[in-house]
Amino acid sequence: MSTALRRDRLPADAPAGAPALPPFWRRPRARRLFWQTLLVVLLAGAFGWLAGNVHSNLERSRLAFGFDFLDDASKFFMGPNPYGYAPGDTVLEAFLAGILNTIRVSALSIVLTTVLGTLLALMRLSRNWLVAQVAWLYVETMRNIPLLLQILFWHAILTHLLPNAREAWKPADDVYLSRKGLYLPDLVVGQGLTAALLALLVAGTAAWLLRRGAIRRRERLGHAGRLRWLGPALIVLLPPLAFLGAGGSLGLDRPVARGLGFEGGRWVSPEFVALLFALTIYQSAFAAETIRSGILGVRKGQIEAARSLGLKPSLVFRKIVMPQALRIIVPPLTSQYLSLTKQSSLAVAIGYPDVVRVSVAITSDTGRAVECIAIIMAVYLTLSLLTSLAMSVFNRRIAFVEK
Amino acid sequence: MPAAFPPPAHGRPPALPNPPDRAGPPRVERGLVQRNLAWARANLFAGPWNTLLTLLVVALLLWTVPALLDWAVFDATLAPADIGLCMERGGACWAMLQDTWRMILFGPYPPAEHWRPALAVGLFALLVVISLVPAMWLTAGRRRLLLAVWPPTLLVLAVLMHGGVAGLPVVETRLWGGLPLTVILASVGIAFAFLLSLVLALGRQSSMPVVRIVCIAYIELMRGVPLITLLLMASILLPLTLPADVTIHPYLRAQLAFILFFAAYMAEAVRGGLQAIPRGQYAAAKAMGLSYWQSMTRVILPQVLRMIIPSMVNIFISAFKDTSLVIVISMLDLLGTAKAATSNPQWWGLFIEPFAFISAIYLVVCSAMSWYSRLLERRYGTAGAHD
Repeated sequence: MSTALRRDRLPADAPAGAPALPPFWRRPRARRLFWQTLLVVLLAGAFGWLAGNVHSNLERSRLAFGFDFLDDASKFFMGPNPYGYAPGDTVLEAFLAGILNTIRVSALSIVLTTVLGTLLALMRLSRNWLVAQVAWLYVETMRNIPLLLQILFWHAILTHLLPNAREAWKPADDVYLSRKGLYLPDLVVGQGLTAALLALLVAGTAAWLLRRGAIRRRERLGHAGRLRWLGPALIVLLPPLAFLGAGGSLGLDRPVARGLGFEGGRWVSPEFVALLFALTIYQSAFAAETIRSGILGVRKGQIEAARSLGLKPSLVFRKIVMPQALRIIVPPLTSQYLSLTKQSSLAVAIGYPDVVRVSVAITSDTGRAVECIAIIMAVYLTLSLLTSLAMSVFNRRIAFVEK
Repeated sequence: MPAAFPPPAHGRPPALPNPPDRAGPPRVERGLVQRNLAWARANLFAGPWNTLLTLLVVALLLWTVPALLDWAVFDATLAPADIGLCMERGGACWAMLQDTWRMILFGPYPPAEHWRPALAVGLFALLVVISLVPAMWLTAGRRRLLLAVWPPTLLVLAVLMHGGVAGLPVVETRLWGGLPLTVILASVGIAFAFLLSLVLALGRQSSMPVVRIVCIAYIELMRGVPLITLLLMASILLPLTLPADVTIHPYLRAQLAFILFFAAYMAEAVRGGLQAIPRGQYAAAKAMGLSYWQSMTRVILPQVLRMIIPSMVNIFISAFKDTSLVIVISMLDLLGTAKAATSNPQWWGLFIEPFAFISAIYLVVCSAMSWYSRLLERRYGTAGAHD
């Protein structure tokens, strides 16, 4: 404390009539030190007290803090899933399957939200009055009804109004839609998948290099050359050729009605569909407003200048409006996608096995509340961090165009 | 500045564009029909593409609206009836709502006493509406009057709900549910979260590194996890962190989770406002000899609060909607009671009607909030920045 106080002294060249130093509790530096120390002490005390309580409570119920239970066998039942998880696998594997479920539904919903949100934004900006009104009604309604209500609604629709498994709708061969969900034939790839993926990578790299060459050529010579079709052709043709060359074979795993349900095939659960619908419908209303205000944020002079250069309306939109609007849109849209990912945890209300649902089930099986909550928080914080990292890279790329 | 200050998310419906002939040569006065025709030509049938769009939307509306009307009105069962008659008629079964609406609105509260929560919610809504009329808080005297009226009214409302005086039977808090619970969770949550957010936002801008780091860590942690985690923590973890003989009421635990969660989001909105205040304002307040707290409460925060009306109201709206998450920790708010109504054996299989009923409540409240925020923003919002 004394060093901090000493620095508070007036400078040596202060005028002789300078007022005396105020008492130490009036000096800014001392007060800052006091408040910060107080905050640290209070926080440390509170955390210590809470941790002590947790410790004694756990001791009373003969539990110890630790993550060793992750290796135990899990009782959690997930149903058919693409990760091959089944009850009896370790708790860690149950968590991983839950995390993958969270990522799967959020990623798909983000893609659909972007498409639907952009469409709605364009509709609201349309010169057609009727189209704009319809989009406005959608946005105002959907964003003012709680997401959880929408999730429960879609889930009820899918589990009440659809027919029983025995009288399932058959919109196409080997496709069954019923209260048990949607059963589709699943594509089974024999060997050759690795070869096809490798070929796709090679073709993609080649196409990218060709395109860069073409752009450079156009800048130098004014035309891109006649080999423009080569890149896309490589991407389309090379992977199937490699697949066949590696002796690949394709098969279909068809769902078969058995007992009260179906076996085999690819299963899309009603919970997944309800969650996907509700998340997309709710969030696209918000995305539409973000995208609309981004497009409106592009200055009118830019559009007029582009028009007066003789650009077609579609080119004006693609080359002038969109690049500038994206700079306004991307930051708020990123945080919206983050909140979408977090809101996918509402799945717990309808029993979609996302990470929160898995964690709640495992908490009630093992009593490891502290550890399970810590795992959920760590998962979401990591997802948040990764998303904002990816978006900031994207943001830097589109912001860099400015000269 | 525009970057720190995104346009409000709640856009207003697009104004009707000027009639296309406005700029043209002056003509003789034209009738209503011609004006409307000109408007329709410009806004519905401008070019083949536009006309096609209009026809598409009209076809869509012709396909959906009559079916919806059939369901909601023409085939609906309004008079008291049982589910068999509803199924026969095929439309909406509003008879179910006649039977269950009180249960949905007030939850397990004793039916004989339903007038009490109804009166309490009504009085609360009235007080809120009165307080929101700008004329009521534009002068300092009226502001003081409002501040004086609020605490006793809240006390009266609490007594009305709980009872125990003046011959009112006691209704324990575990029987409170439905709309009153939603309103309490939302309003108490918003009020306390707002106060906490001011502290957090100022702390985040503080020159004291420890304070700043603590506030940043808190805000980012809260914004990084879903609200549901916090509710689960409050219901599972919180009892573990307290001495064995201390228990907290489930309602208070949920309320605490809401306050802690939304304070972080509100703090970010306040921070946006704090950063948009010109440096000169801080300097001027300091030059006047105001202390830190004086300059904040008299100079900076009044301007900040005006600026952030739109983003703040958006957070209020999502807080109101997100109170529905308490059903995950098995509390019966408005959504919880509606969900309970769907599993009523007497009306088994009906869920659209109760969900539509509470959707309408949420829609009205949220739309009213965003309408009010647009009104405030138009009248007072940006004025502060240029004073």
